[in-house]
Amino acid sequence: MGTPNWIGLDNYTRMFTSDPTFWQSMKVTFFYAGVAVPIRLVFALLVALALNKVVEMVGLYRTLLYLPSVVGGSIAVSIMWRQLFGNDGAFNSILAAIGLPTHSWLGDPDTAIWTLIVLYGWQFGSSMLIFLAGLRNIPKTFYEASSVDGAGPVRQFFIITIPLLTPVILFNTIMQVIQGFMAFTPSFVVTNGGPVNSTLLYVLYMYQRAFEYFDMGYASAMAWVMLIIIAIFTALIFKSSEHWVHYESDTK
Amino acid sequence: MKKKKITKKTIQHVLMGSFALIMIYPLVWMISSSLKKSENVFVNSHSLIPTEWHFTNYIDGWNGFAGITFGTFFWNSTIITVIATVGSIASSTLIAYGFARIKFAGKKIWFVSMMLTMMLPFEMVMIPQYIMFNQFGWIDTYLPLILPTFFGIPFFIFLIMQFIRTIPMELDEAAKIDGCNTFDIFFRIIVPLIIPAMMTSAIFSFYWRWDDFMGPLIYLSTPEKYPVSLALKLFSDPNSVTNWGAMFAMSTLSILPIFVIFFIFQRYIVDGISSTGMKA
Repeated sequence: MGTPNWIGLDNYTRMFTSDPTFWQSMKVTFFYAGVAVPIRLVFALLVALALNKVVEMVGLYRTLLYLPSVVGGSIAVSIMWRQLFGNDGAFNSILAAIGLPTHSWLGDPDTAIWTLIVLYGWQFGSSMLIFLAGLRNIPKTFYEASSVDGAGPVRQFFIITIPLLTPVILFNTIMQVIQGFMAFTPSFVVTNGGPVNSTLLYVLYMYQRAFEYFDMGYASAMAWVMLIIIAIFTALIFKSSEHWVHYESDTK
Repeated sequence: MKKKKITKKTIQHVLMGSFALIMIYPLVWMISSSLKKSENVFVNSHSLIPTEWHFTNYIDGWNGFAGITFGTFFWNSTIITVIATVGSIASSTLIAYGFARIKFAGKKIWFVSMMLTMMLPFEMVMIPQYIMFNQFGWIDTYLPLILPTFFGIPFFIFLIMQFIRTIPMELDEAAKIDGCNTFDIFFRIIVPLIIPAMMTSAIFSFYWRWDDFMGPLIYLSTPEKYPVSLALKLFSDPNSVTNWGAMFAMSTLSILPIFVIFFIFQRYIVDGISSTGMKA
């Protein structure tokens, strides 16, 4: 590390005008967060709804489905993922066994990011548990009353379940969006940003700038930019929540 | 009617069961690969039953690299995890008590600041933190990984606070009349009642520290000091690995403590996530 010099806004100018890698990492991160976060949330919600309907052995299913989330943060899982989608990995091996064409998932810039998205979606367990707790909090009497009034299951889902679940959906969305933008370990271990920077997530690029090029000022500037992006997203989600989040106390 | 119910149940179990199996397939695959002979790991790699059971992978893997065994790495991880967890829980409990029960000047501002740092991801502050710890001369020591935990973890403070708020104030007042001071109330009244919240926090702290990768990655440089997470990354470097079985064996072993804690304390974990939305 050198001695810091005051260079005003030079880092930002460089970032926005003459660093194509910065824009690449921005693009990758927005694509990743934009696809992976909704996938995880929708998945978590659907599985929670299904679990809520199951009458027997809920505990066992819940445990099994939560397991990927429990271990998901560890390096071991990222290492395993790299092998799973490797050229001779289990995924290609399954495809071959059922007669489908195999593919170099990690070697192809178009598919490498998808292996990371699947890894993110696979760890839907925590969100699922939060949704499940939310579902359990909806009083049974609401469903009974509405079925007396002639509402079918589909209608009940849209007029009772979803509105009463919106506070939980809001909370989950905000947490997951932040987590999505902050993803580092998967791209660092599974693909290391490659091939041709197609999986270069923002935090990975920031890490490279700071600890491989020791360009601390530039990396700090990147942190500020990301922080502002996250703040804007959080604010937008909160602002929009006035229109779609339903708090029970409002109706009194 | 009864028959219909049974069919419905069966369909439920088949659907949920196969879905759950697909979801845990990667984990089972990892464990099964750790028992395959290295040359066979990537032959018909999707199969889950090794043609021959190769437990020696675990011994080979344990020998580690550069003359350092995984025993060292596991010990390092344990040290970091245990001290950091004790620090997190002790400090967070005290801080939560302060916020929940004691009146002091500027409480609101401090509380808002604390909540703001809860929303602030570590990745955003790691560079200034690194520069700071670098100036303290703490690089390549465990201090940057351990010491900050002794100043409270916002998530835990928040969780424990919510718990303290459910304890009736009358208990505090009664204890005060009996001659307890603020600390007596904390140790004799509050702490025994918030053990579940402390347990939940401790379990999450364990997970986060055990899995922590970014911290060791930027702060540690001597392989002898590496925790399991960082050692595993080095051990699995795609350019140098030849012993795939051993790599899978050590990967499996590294998540074993997480599994064990999970199965023993599942109830606390489920409660913790359901009530605060902490990520595991």
